[in-house]
Amino acid sequence: MAPEDLAAIWLTLKLASVVTLLLLLFGTPLAWWLARTRSRLKPVIGAVVALPLVLPPTVLGFYLLLAMGPQGWVGQLTQSLGLGLLPFTFGGLVVASVFYSLPFVVQPIQNAFEAIGERPLEVAATLRASPWDTFWSVALPLARPGLFAGAVLGFAHTVGEFGIVLMIGGNIPQQTRLVSVQIYDHVEALEYTQAHTLAAGMLVFSFVVLLALYTLNRQRRPLA
Amino acid sequence: MEQGIFARFRVDRDHFALDLDLSLPGSGITALFGHSGSGKTTCLRVLAGLERPSGGYCAVNGEIWQDDAKRLFVPPHRRAIGVVFQESSLFAHLDVRGNIEFGARRVPVAERRFRLDEVCELLGISHLLARSPLALSGGERQRVAIARALLTAPRLLLLDEPLAALDPQRKAEILPYLERLHRELALPMLYVSHSPDEVARLADHLVVLEGGRCVASGPLKHVLGRLDLPGALADDAAVVIDATVAEHAADGLTRLHFAGGEIHVSQRSEPPGTALRCHIHARDVSLALVPQTQSSILNCVAATVCELAETATPGHILVRLESGGETLLARITRRSANALALQPGQPVRAQIKAVALLA
Repeated sequence: MAPEDLAAIWLTLKLASVVTLLLLLFGTPLAWWLARTRSRLKPVIGAVVALPLVLPPTVLGFYLLLAMGPQGWVGQLTQSLGLGLLPFTFGGLVVASVFYSLPFVVQPIQNAFEAIGERPLEVAATLRASPWDTFWSVALPLARPGLFAGAVLGFAHTVGEFGIVLMIGGNIPQQTRLVSVQIYDHVEALEYTQAHTLAAGMLVFSFVVLLALYTLNRQRRPLA
Repeated sequence: MEQGIFARFRVDRDHFALDLDLSLPGSGITALFGHSGSGKTTCLRVLAGLERPSGGYCAVNGEIWQDDAKRLFVPPHRRAIGVVFQESSLFAHLDVRGNIEFGARRVPVAERRFRLDEVCELLGISHLLARSPLALSGGERQRVAIARALLTAPRLLLLDEPLAALDPQRKAEILPYLERLHRELALPMLYVSHSPDEVARLADHLVVLEGGRCVASGPLKHVLGRLDLPGALADDAAVVIDATVAEHAADGLTRLHFAGGEIHVSQRSEPPGTALRCHIHARDVSLALVPQTQSSILNCVAATVCELAETATPGHILVRLESGGETLLARITRRSANALALQPGQPVRAQIKAVALLA
């Protein structure tokens, strides 16, 4: 495999790992809030989270590009913080991917929290666990299948990004050139053999990930 | 420090209103009896702090847990309560030991009252500690849930129909354990039930709820002897009397002694002197004016008529009798009552066809 291909694979894995970590960190509290709240904002926030499921990546990418650009409010903020501009950097890719993969992480976790129901949380309260304690010692362990599914889907979905990467990150070797973009480049250059290697790798990777997920889901016993 | 359990609150929801002002003894087992929708579970949830009706007040043995007039509300995890829910509520991600220790670990050492091994021994679950809750029978799960609740060092144990989801065999398996808790631990319990048999067997004090209101509250014997109770308690009226084993006869019967005389039951295994609780249904008691010698009914005790009342069944009445200070109920027809010219104060003979022993 060519060094550029290996670099693209490395960059892709790095991006997916960082994005998955960030999404678990921020997506879990968001999923908890969505699962438990009675606020009238719930459908609004829920719909916003789900937007990337239906929007073309170009739409999301376009607005993120504007926001993070020199005239956008995010861009002005990052510039005033001395971070420079995010588009066409790894950081920009991370931000865009977090938005784009958000529903793939939040929704499984939210479903898992909802499936726990009120009872185990009430039981924990009667066993002297504070709400914070209950979240860590009961809600998170019981939602583990959902957390696992969210992490796997978030990772796999980030690996599979293309459109939003082109919009935000362009095609800079070592910095923003991911596997999906590299495949596109190979095909444009009629380098079908190299394209095949990467494309088949992606295919196998995605299949194995989904197979693992569905197998685990099937084996899982119902909660008592 | 006022001893006792006090709960005063109103809940108004669609099709459901609850208006209660309860003061219950701070020891022994108090049964909250009522049909589904009568408000008994809500009452329990308010005491546990899982629901917070506005304007409510509740206090247990001197500790105020909710007093909305003073904007005081102790959240459930700061209340010294143990709760056993109707259905299995064990944490699926922990084994039996993990479940039992969950609450125990969160209680400061100085406040702990029971030891894990003692409680497990008491409930017969010592051999289950390493198992997953999923591998337990329904009865075992409820015993684990009771042990878990006890180890949080509660000042009040709330049991929300803990046997309702179990088949009769499993119920029979757990009842002796509950009786043991009652005998061996000084711990007030509030027991929600819609089963007259469970109430008769376990309770010291009985509260009857109907349609969100308290219609009777008092010592078990006193409440069961009332003629104005609603629903199941009236349709299948029955009283509880205390008796002791007097003698085991050679012909397979055991003679019991109670305040109003003697009753004979099938041979018991308990030695003479053992106290037993007897459950006598009104339908199993008939009345005569003179002692019947030419009858197959063995148990015939002297009693005095106290009160007569109509029942929901046309032509049938309930008669409250007193026998040596114990209350008996008889369910007879209006025609018989007229034929015998029954009236309060009249001495009669109560013929008891069947006695169920509860302990």
